[in-house]
Amino acid sequence: MEAYLSLFVRAVFIENMALAFFLGMCTFLAISKKVDAAIGLGIAVIVVLGITVPVNNLIYTYLLQEGALSWLSPEFATLDLSFLGLLSYIGVIAAIVQIMEMFLDKYMPVLYNALGVFLPLITVNCAIMGASLFMVERDYDLGESLVYGVGSGVGWALAIAALAGIREKLKYSDVPEGLQGLGITFITVGLMSLGFMSFGGIDI
Amino acid sequence: MGLRKILDDIEPHFHKGGKFEKWFVLFEVFDTLLYSPADVTRTTAHVRDGIDLKRMMITVWFCAFPAMFYGMWNAGFQANSVIAEANIVLANDWHYLIISALAGNDPNSLWDCFVYGATFFLPVYITTFVVGIFWEILFAMKRGHEVNEGFFVTSILFALICPPDIPLWQVALGISFGVVVGKEVFGGTGKNFLNPALTGRAFLFFAYPASISGEAVWTAVDGYTGATALSIAASEGMVALQSQVSWMQAFLGNIPGSVGETSTLAILLGGAVLLWTRIASWRIMAGVMIGMIGLSLLLNNVGSDNPMFNMPWTWHFVLGGFAFGLVFMATDPVSAAMTNTGKWWFGGLIGVMVILIRVVNPAFPEGMMLAILFANLFAPLIDHFVVQANIKRRIARG
Repeated sequence: MEAYLSLFVRAVFIENMALAFFLGMCTFLAISKKVDAAIGLGIAVIVVLGITVPVNNLIYTYLLQEGALSWLSPEFATLDLSFLGLLSYIGVIAAIVQIMEMFLDKYMPVLYNALGVFLPLITVNCAIMGASLFMVERDYDLGESLVYGVGSGVGWALAIAALAGIREKLKYSDVPEGLQGLGITFITVGLMSLGFMSFGGIDI
Repeated sequence: MGLRKILDDIEPHFHKGGKFEKWFVLFEVFDTLLYSPADVTRTTAHVRDGIDLKRMMITVWFCAFPAMFYGMWNAGFQANSVIAEANIVLANDWHYLIISALAGNDPNSLWDCFVYGATFFLPVYITTFVVGIFWEILFAMKRGHEVNEGFFVTSILFALICPPDIPLWQVALGISFGVVVGKEVFGGTGKNFLNPALTGRAFLFFAYPASISGEAVWTAVDGYTGATALSIAASEGMVALQSQVSWMQAFLGNIPGSVGETSTLAILLGGAVLLWTRIASWRIMAGVMIGMIGLSLLLNNVGSDNPMFNMPWTWHFVLGGFAFGLVFMATDPVSAAMTNTGKWWFGGLIGVMVILIRVVNPAFPEGMMLAILFANLFAPLIDHFVVQANIKRRIARG
């Protein structure tokens, strides 16, 4: 239990997807103008990550890993399909996102409209793909990958909500012309990650 | 009023169309620093009060003075004690020339210690001020604004959280980053979301860790290393700390550290004035204290082989930058939460974070700076939720 808790804390704060690895930047910068939309997208990312990372973990363990197919027949014991990894992970992610899009369209049209094109773009959000790849690289088991998926989603959601809060406040700022829009957002994100460096070096 | 007359006489030259139109900002800084501005509100329904932004900032500036003067003496005292104990011959640089011209190196002499500390602190402060005001004036001229007294506060706070031995070029770099990237790109005072002094300090902290943390920087003597009280506690435990420093000593500030942060007493003196004049928010201070005391009591009960778990809150309170951050940094009205409920949460977050960083993170013995920066990031979000909750409640009330 304690191991899961520390993995969760690590995924949320220490290895924050957005502010420590700078993954998922396109949506992070584009959907952070309004707090409500940002929180909606954050929840969508938590759901997608929470589903895709464990599913990809199952696919990796029982289909792709070297010798994973030996449950079919002993002659597959040396078969290594992990070169199909990227392809299968992105397929799973695309399918999950598609289902979620239909779900949101039906039950939460307001959020669906606010997210617009960025909802299907979650498919190619590097944070989502990144979490699956980290999962493989670090040899997480099924429980760990569930915790890691949800945790990294929560961290990303937290970061985008904070950025949206700051950007709402910055509406009243007097930013030099050349820096308006994305320029000042990049500076803001840089300063935010300075604040998140307080967790750097924690070893749990 | 000779000076007033001179200023009035040359003023037309600085107005639109005058000879020195471009330099109006400089003139205005100098004028309003010495005298109250002449503009008054003439339209209806306006609260008239002497306490404007200018007065507020200058009050904070003065409130930092006890900590500053004590800090100068303490920096000198720490250095002179080391010199007397170890018989170090001072390096033959300009610090030494000034000190030997004005005073000796007797740790028991108030004057000697003060001169020693001032020789190290004043150049840091002057560098901070000159470099910072250069950026302020540059941006103000470009924008056609007036320079704001907020910079007085930023400059003194930044200088006070530097170690006494820091190289001056780093001071210049740090305050430039703090003022330009932390504040001016967002439009100047009141429009930034991070505390500019802390932004500059954090930038230096991560860019040049060797000259702003570790063991060699806290005493202004070349080649001498001595750990701060917090890093002794983190590496050797509370017992080792208590054998070297008593609580009273830490409360009075007779320990090595950044110039302004050591004396909790001197800081609280300034803090009392800030609270009495209602410039600093008591809600934030109370929130920080609650968060800090709550989490450290919890960790005391949990216990662990990490010695920091056992540090009581009374010690957390007097060591490191906690008191300084509590009084001067957390209460910065621009970067803190704006709503009253939000201030409690904001303060609580700082209190919890500072203990977490100090106790759990082995990389940083001190956490006040990073805790405040972290809470600054979430202040707008906290405000957002407080405002939304208010709106919801009022709608429900009908």
